[in-house]
Amino acid sequence: MTADYINICLADDDEDDRLFFTDAFDELKINTRVSTFNDGVELMDYLNHSDSVLPNVLFLDLNMPKKNGVECLLEIKKNERLNDIAIAIYSTSSSEEHIEETFINGANIYIKKPSDFENLKKILSEVVTINWQYHTSGLNKDNFLMRL
Amino acid sequence: MKVYLKFDYTQLTKKIVEEKLSELGYKYSSIGFGEFNFLEKVPSGKINELTGIFREYGIEIVENQKSVLVQKIKDAIVEMVNNDAPLNIKSSVFIAEKLNLSYAYLSNVFSEVTYTSIENFIIIQKIELAKQLMINTPLNLTEISIQLNYSSVAHLSTQFKHTTGMTPSSFQKIIQKRRALSNKNKP
Repeated sequence: MTADYINICLADDDEDDRLFFTDAFDELKINTRVSTFNDGVELMDYLNHSDSVLPNVLFLDLNMPKKNGVECLLEIKKNERLNDIAIAIYSTSSSEEHIEETFINGANIYIKKPSDFENLKKILSEVVTINWQYHTSGLNKDNFLMRL
Repeated sequence: MKVYLKFDYTQLTKKIVEEKLSELGYKYSSIGFGEFNFLEKVPSGKINELTGIFREYGIEIVENQKSVLVQKIKDAIVEMVNNDAPLNIKSSVFIAEKLNLSYAYLSNVFSEVTYTSIENFIIIQKIELAKQLMINTPLNLTEISIQLNYSSVAHLSTQFKHTTGMTPSSFQKIIQKRRALSNKNKP
């Protein structure tokens, strides 16, 4: 039996956050393949490459050098090949204005970065699980909105 | 001399499978849609042999019986949620009877394959339906809660908030603004 992998990408300029993120997935029992990118430009270069494996869910930090999370979000949503990827904003900001803006522009999930590792694991597992249901059960992704 | 052939792939495949199975002495019945039922127990070594034989023809045995079962469970849940199943039947009873297997077994297989529980999947389905009704029909939340068999509108609201992290009204607001934005961007 070939294992079902869930492909996950993260773009975040903070090295510690990237490390926490990959560690958290290593400890979950869900089969995942995680790729990380240091900024928005690196991420978009990867996604725009025509034979890149597209992620099932993409985590975007908002504050990144060169190209920030909102810019990436807008670019992805305009691109027919990419606009079906579920997008999770992964940010330290909890400003209601920011949150609403990213949702309106097409984000599916908004995660306020948790301060402890246990919580991070719990949140990521919840996100990946529910995203998997959207992915495998024909649920309407237009209505996929979630805040954690 | 050249001749052109036209194939009926369904018939072709069925014929190959039937011939091979008869040739090897298996007793089977064909259920259709690629489903074959062996009338006697087949040892797993024999299944491997069959897999090898069929592979030459590009025919693959779907090994993952569990995925097939999970799909059947999901179908039963969707049916239950959408066609408001009788109120007096518990969902566990409904699903177990529908699939004719024990709920404990179904529940284990479901969690193993989908990473979530049957109970949780039912909640996700109900909330999804509530979302659809909220944005595509004039029904208000109280009416929706009645249609989806919630004991009260508060119960639906709480479950909505718990599942999505937002209230039904902020969900509605975001969808409306999104629609307004995409209408504006259209020429």
